[in-house]
Amino acid sequence: MRGCMPARRFSHECRNMKKFITGNDAVAEGVRLCRTQIVAAYPITPQTPIYEKLSDWDACGELGGRMMRMESEHSAMAACLAASLTATRTFTATSSQGLALMHEMLHFASGCRAPVVMACVNRSLAIPWGFWSDQTDTLAQRDTGWIQIYSENNQEILDSVIQAYRIAESVLLPCMVILEASFISHFMEPVEIPEQDLVDKFLPPANLPLRFDVERPAFIAPVVNQTEYRDYRRLSQEAMELSLNVIDGIDHEFDGIFDRKYGLIETVDTEDAELVIVTSGSITSTARVAQVRIREKGFKIGLLKIRVFRPFPSEILREALKHVGKIAVIDRNISLGSEGIFCSELKAALCDGPAGSKIQGYLAGIGGTNVSPELIERIAFDAFNREHPTVRSIWMT
Amino acid sequence: MDDIEVTPSSTGRPAEIMRSGHNACPGCAQAIAMRLILRTLGGRTIVVVVPACAAIIAGQFPRTSLNVPVFLAAFETAGASAAGISNALKYKGQDDIIVLALAGDGGTFDIGLQSLSGAADRNEDFIYVCMDNEAYMNTGIQVSSATPRYTWTGTTPTGNPRRKKQIMEIMAAHRIPYAATASIGFPEDLMRKVKRAKEMRGTRFIHLLSPCPTGWKMAEDLTAKIGTLAVETNIFPLYEIEDGLFYRINHYSRGLPVDDYLSLQGRYDHLTQKEIHDIQAETDRTWKDLQAKADRGKY
Repeated sequence: MRGCMPARRFSHECRNMKKFITGNDAVAEGVRLCRTQIVAAYPITPQTPIYEKLSDWDACGELGGRMMRMESEHSAMAACLAASLTATRTFTATSSQGLALMHEMLHFASGCRAPVVMACVNRSLAIPWGFWSDQTDTLAQRDTGWIQIYSENNQEILDSVIQAYRIAESVLLPCMVILEASFISHFMEPVEIPEQDLVDKFLPPANLPLRFDVERPAFIAPVVNQTEYRDYRRLSQEAMELSLNVIDGIDHEFDGIFDRKYGLIETVDTEDAELVIVTSGSITSTARVAQVRIREKGFKIGLLKIRVFRPFPSEILREALKHVGKIAVIDRNISLGSEGIFCSELKAALCDGPAGSKIQGYLAGIGGTNVSPELIERIAFDAFNREHPTVRSIWMT
Repeated sequence: MDDIEVTPSSTGRPAEIMRSGHNACPGCAQAIAMRLILRTLGGRTIVVVVPACAAIIAGQFPRTSLNVPVFLAAFETAGASAAGISNALKYKGQDDIIVLALAGDGGTFDIGLQSLSGAADRNEDFIYVCMDNEAYMNTGIQVSSATPRYTWTGTTPTGNPRRKKQIMEIMAAHRIPYAATASIGFPEDLMRKVKRAKEMRGTRFIHLLSPCPTGWKMAEDLTAKIGTLAVETNIFPLYEIEDGLFYRINHYSRGLPVDDYLSLQGRYDHLTQKEIHDIQAETDRTWKDLQAKADRGKY
C-alpha cells in the first residue's frame, strides 16, 4: 500500500472543516472533541501551547471539563490518575524533563489500570539543555506499562488523540500519543477537524469503572504479596497483548467514520523490496520522498513506519519483513551503551525469524538535527552496500 | 466545648468507619485518631493515604480496616491525589462526598510538601490530616523535618541538630480557610476540629501530634498521657488559624516543665541539662509568639 492518505468520500469532505494549525493545536482540538472532563497540566516547552489552548477554551467556557493548573508534572499525573479512578476522562501533556519527573506516576497509572491519555512532545533530555526533537524521553518510559503511539504529522496526532481515548478506555491501560518538538508541535499543516457528532459517534461518553464508590467501598492499590504482585503484572501484560488487536480494530472503525487509518505499522512498497527503511514519527515523511527517489533510480527499496511502539507489534513486523534481506532502522534516539531503541526492539522481534534479515541501525536526527531526503538516501545506499551490519548503530551527520 | 454529633448505629453507639482489627503497633495514637476522625466524617468519605503508618493501619490486601473507599497513592502525592478526586467529584456534581488525605510527617513536611503547597495554593477542596509522629516511623525511625531538636532517631544517633519545621506557619502562609493543631490527648478537641473542617470548603489542614511508642521509645500505655503532656508543657499547643491570619488558642496549658514530657520518652534519654534548658527556652518563646498572634484577634 502507498503511504499517503486514502482518497476521501465526498459525503464527509463537505462536513469536516480544515484548519491550518500546529501539531500542538491539533492535540488540543482532539482533547476538546473527546469531551475530556479533567485536564491537569503544567507548562514545559514545547508542550505549553497545548496547555494554553485548553486554558483559552476553559476561560471562554468551551472546554466542558475542569482545568487543574498544577505545580508540577508529577502532581499533574497524580491528579489525572486520581480523577481517572473517580471515573472521569482525563488528559495531560508534557515533554522531556516533565515526563522524566512523572516517571514514578506513569507506573502508578498503568498499575491502577487507569485510562489516562497524555500527549508527549518529544524533546531532548538535559544535559546538555536543548529544546529539540529527540525521542529518548518517551522511549525511556517504554517499561512503564503505557501504550505508546508515535505520530508522523499534525492530522495523525489529532486522530491519534481521539483513537487513544477509545483504546485506553477499552483495555483500561493509559495511552501516550507522541509528537516531535518543532517538526510537529510547532509546524503548521492543514488539518481536518472532525465534526463533533462524528467524534461522539466514534467515542461514546466516558463510562469508566468507579473505583471510589462510597456505597461499595474498596481499598484501591493496597500492598499485596509476591504472588499477587506477579499475577497483577501478568494481567497487565495480557491487557497489553490484547490491545494489539483492539488498536487495530479501533483504527478500522475510525476509518469507517473518518476515512483515515494508520495501522500499527505502515508499509510502502515492501512486497518486492531488497532493502526496507524503518522509521517512526516525522522522519517517515522525509523518508517517503527519499524512497520514491531511490525507486526511480531502479533500486528495490521499501519503507516501514512503526506507529505503535507499546505494545510492540512483533508478529506483524515479522510478517511484514519475512522476505526482506536488509533492513535499515533510523533512530532519533539512543540508549547510551547500546544502540537506537527502535533498532534494538526490531532486532529482538526478528532475531529468530525466517528471513535472517541483516539489520543495520542508523542514528539520525538526534538532538533535533535535520534529517534531509539526501541523508536518508545516504543511509539507504550504505545499507545496500554493507555486507555485514555493525554491532552498534552508525552515527549519521 | 461543642457537643460531638456522630451518626449513631442501631445499638446507640457511634457508627464506626474504622473496624476493629488493624495493623497498628500497640499503643499507636494514629489508630485512635483515624477512628475518631472517620467516625466524625461519616461514611460518605473517600480516603487518600500515602506510604505512612496510616497506610499500614488501613491494611494489606485482601484485608482493610476502613469501611470507606481508600486509595494508597504515591508518597509525595497526598495533596495532588486528593485534589484529583475532589475535582472529579465536582465535575460529577457529587459535592457531598468528603475527600480526606491522611499523610505522615514525612509525606507532609518533606517529600509531599510541594504537592500539598500546590493544592493549598489552589484551595483544593479536601481535608488533610498530617499525622505527625515526628520521624519516618514506617521505615523504622529516621529523622524528618518534623523531628524536634536533639531527638534520637536511627539517622540522628547523637540527636537531631535541626529544629522542627513550623508546618502550621507554612500552611497559614497559603491563607487556607482552616488550619488547626490537635493532639490525641484531647480527643473531643480533635473531633470538634474535624467537625468544623467538615462544614467548611477549600483546603482544610489538621496537624495532629501522634505519639508513637515504637519510635519515641515510650511505654505503650502512655500514649494519651504523653499526648496530653505535649499540650500541657506547650511543646504542642492546641490552636486554630482561619484564613491564615486569625489565630485562636483552644487550650491554655498548665505550663508544666518540658522535662515532664521529655523524661517519659527514651528518644530523649541522652539529653543534657543544657539541651533540656534549650528546649524549654524555645518552647517558651514559641508559646509567647503564638499568644501574641492570638491576642491580635480578628481584624
